[in-house]
Amino acid sequence: MLRLRPLSVLLSVLVSLALAGTALAADLTALVGNLTSGGLSERERAINALAASGEERAAPILEALAAGQLYVRISDKLAVIGKADGNKLALTEAISGKPAGSAVEADLERVRVNNRLRGTIEAAVGSLTLMSPNSSVRRSAADALFKRRDATALPALDQALAAEKDPRVRRAMSEARAAIVLTTADSPPAQKLAAITLLRDRGDRDSLGILNTAAAASDGEVKTAAAAAAGAIEQTLAAWQMAQNVWYGISLGSVLLLAAIGLAITFGTMGVINMAHGEMVMLGAYTTFVVQEVIRTSAPHLFDVSLAIALPLAFVVSGAIGILIERTIIRFLYGRPLDTLLATWGLSLVLQQAVRSIFGSSNREVGAPSWMSGAFQLGQLNITYGRLWIVVFALIVFASLILLLRKTPLGLYMRAVTQNRPMAAAVGIRTPRVDALTFGLGSGIAGLAGVALSQIDNVSPNLGQGYIIDSFMVVVFGGVGNLFGTLIAALTLGVVNKFLEPFAGAVLGKILVLVFIILFIQRRPRGLFALKGRSVE
Amino acid sequence: MKLGSIVRTGLVAAGLLAGAASSAFAQAGDTIKVGILHSLSGTMAISETTLKDVVLMMIEEQNKKGGLLGKKLEAVVVDPASNWPLFAEKARELLQKDKVAVVFGCWTSVSRKSVLPVFEELNGILFYPVQYEGQESQRNVFYTGAAPNQQAIPAVDYLMSKDGGDVKRWVLAGTDYVYPRTTNKILEAYLLQKGVPKEDIMINYTPFGHSDWQSIVADIKKFGSAGKKTAVVSTINGDANVPFYKELGNQGIKAKDIPVVAFSVGEEELAGVDTKPLVGHLAAWNYFQSVKDPANEAFIKTWQAFTKNAKRVSNDPMEASVIGFNMWVEAVKKVGTTDPDKVIDALIGIKVPNLTGGISEMLPNHHITKPVLIGEIEANGQFDVVWKTPGLVPGAAWSPILDDSKNLKADWTKPVNCGNFDTVANKCIGKAAK
Repeated sequence: MLRLRPLSVLLSVLVSLALAGTALAADLTALVGNLTSGGLSERERAINALAASGEERAAPILEALAAGQLYVRISDKLAVIGKADGNKLALTEAISGKPAGSAVEADLERVRVNNRLRGTIEAAVGSLTLMSPNSSVRRSAADALFKRRDATALPALDQALAAEKDPRVRRAMSEARAAIVLTTADSPPAQKLAAITLLRDRGDRDSLGILNTAAAASDGEVKTAAAAAAGAIEQTLAAWQMAQNVWYGISLGSVLLLAAIGLAITFGTMGVINMAHGEMVMLGAYTTFVVQEVIRTSAPHLFDVSLAIALPLAFVVSGAIGILIERTIIRFLYGRPLDTLLATWGLSLVLQQAVRSIFGSSNREVGAPSWMSGAFQLGQLNITYGRLWIVVFALIVFASLILLLRKTPLGLYMRAVTQNRPMAAAVGIRTPRVDALTFGLGSGIAGLAGVALSQIDNVSPNLGQGYIIDSFMVVVFGGVGNLFGTLIAALTLGVVNKFLEPFAGAVLGKILVLVFIILFIQRRPRGLFALKGRSVE
Repeated sequence: MKLGSIVRTGLVAAGLLAGAASSAFAQAGDTIKVGILHSLSGTMAISETTLKDVVLMMIEEQNKKGGLLGKKLEAVVVDPASNWPLFAEKARELLQKDKVAVVFGCWTSVSRKSVLPVFEELNGILFYPVQYEGQESQRNVFYTGAAPNQQAIPAVDYLMSKDGGDVKRWVLAGTDYVYPRTTNKILEAYLLQKGVPKEDIMINYTPFGHSDWQSIVADIKKFGSAGKKTAVVSTINGDANVPFYKELGNQGIKAKDIPVVAFSVGEEELAGVDTKPLVGHLAAWNYFQSVKDPANEAFIKTWQAFTKNAKRVSNDPMEASVIGFNMWVEAVKKVGTTDPDKVIDALIGIKVPNLTGGISEMLPNHHITKPVLIGEIEANGQFDVVWKTPGLVPGAAWSPILDDSKNLKADWTKPVNCGNFDTVANKCIGKAAK
């Protein structure tokens, strides 16, 4: 690829030179006509020609093409841009930008693109929008050029750089320029050295890639400078990598915490081995799905708050089913752990199959609200919004649960009943009612976890199965009956897992964690934070 | 829809009971029984339930055309519940108790391996409709899904080509079990043979149902920022795909930067995903729902009418089931009996139209000829075919790339009549190789 670059640069310069002459004469209609006919290679030439024409309409047309919104109307062969509008597409004429009515997809033929063309378009749109009045458009144009490193864009970039006032956009543009200069074989060494300094200051993985390529392709002073810069970046990145692993670990830990915290109540404080715990999580996820379905069909503008609506509903649904299970099955089995295990295991299968019969066996789509999509960059740390919110949410759930147990009468009753049942009954606490409510609370929290997990995992009848083992592991490791133990255990396991994964791989990492827990339980059978006192016996 | 299928299964069950009751006085063999061995519960139900419905539909269609050999076809549906040993038990039940003439079934390779001895012992016929790792050919099994040379190798060739983006660096990511491991072994050998240096290949395995992809996706991003065009070849199976793609979208890996080509992601799997961030990622199959062909359009119409769901999608293993069913029907018509030995011999050389405009043929190695299509994911969850092999590719049972299998060939016609014939030693290895 590298060796081909000079040739391709030469070619594209020739093409753009040739086209610059003709573009003045040929009008936009002909350029767009070339775009919508012919095979993929001709289309690539047409894209470059359109970009070289510098026409005002070129950028919107190319953007529509990349987004798969450029069509040819079958009836009159007119190139149109179609945007979804209900079941139909609202059309605008590609060339003039005037509205052109609406049509269904069957009456249109889409102009096809593939990944290679999308890359070409990205670079073309980048060089076309460098002079846009909107600074964020200019910024993304510069970023696109940084990524594509299209040497033909260099003159346009220089022109834009001279006119640019915004310091951040200026920086993005000079970095893009540096990337292009460094990957073009025949640029002067002095410029290359300046580019290396600029990229070393940028210091991210993309710069590292460019510097490595440059070090491999050049010689002399440039080679040493590039290699040194790459080495420096690599060192800082290694430190960031540690931080990134910690973050991943916390994020995985928060998922484990969410899944386990409900179990910490039903298993930890009540002593019920609830194998159907995962299914409570699954029911919470399906509640989210149902809420989103209703919102999609009747009130699409509420989509961004769908999760907020789903949370209380999931708590109620899972909690109510939990209470129902406790009243009809589990209360007859207190003190018989093996029977409880088998009964709840059977129950989990029943619940799975019930959901499979109602919702079908395939995955259901739960969308992410806009505030949970995407990622942001913190230094060289890549943090996705979805994961960040799940961490926050897990901590909120944990804190509210602690408050509930410590500060409310219900919490007091729960602690009393789990610590000493006969005495609690003797002072007038209705222990069966507290049992039911405690189980309901644990299940309800599992439902809340389901809402969060619907954002990162499949919403399928098997959702719960994937979490049940991990949940038990966390609760046992943290110390049965100790909520803080659960928190620490979840975060520890998460971080340990994420540090093992790069060395041992995901499969072996999981095994190692399991072995570690088994050994740990041998040493401390009651987990990290054992409850002390008579209540234990 | 779901209720409908439950009722239908119930009717089939009732029909079975009635059949059993009436066989006392009616002549046995009023119908030809067709066994369906797909999981209807458990983890694999997500994929396999659909195939059960497809075979039921094909049976219904065949009966509308007057049945086969003047008899009606009758479905016998059993549920092996995603439990591999249960597959063998249920297969035995179908062959011994129900005396079915043919079985359509299995999805995972481990379920297929578990029923192989049963089909061999009881001399049944199994049609296996899923793409798999190859390295097998058994007299009683007909493989209508893709072998590695009909899916994996062409996909890699495409990515290496100019149109595919001239990929130089490869991530082979898979779920940790036999299909991805074998496929990746073949792919690695192929890439090395093509001159890709070893440090430009990264292999990664994850457990079934893996849901925390953060660090692996970050690793892929890191691997891909070395300045050479990188692609991911994914043999990630089933449920793990959705979180994987979600993480790709979240970390901003776009198809135009690092394309992912998947061998286990089709229209059904995408039904549970918001596909907008995935536009441009690829899949390699032998069939896509979006293929414009009269046979395909007719099939989709019948399928959506049968399931009473106008949005129901179709996918590659469904097409493989249809091809298998039609081949069996043709072979039975040819020999005029359902006797397994005669049908097995007659099946070789049978040609039926596939749904993408070609004619697929059953080869002597019990694999079929298929076109290979590469599709890009579109915003609506369908695939846009961006590349296609010029003709049909014959399925190879044994990979010529791997050292242990390059001398082997499968040929179930006389005089070879062997699934793993060593062309160097000039003898049939037989069971010793298993």
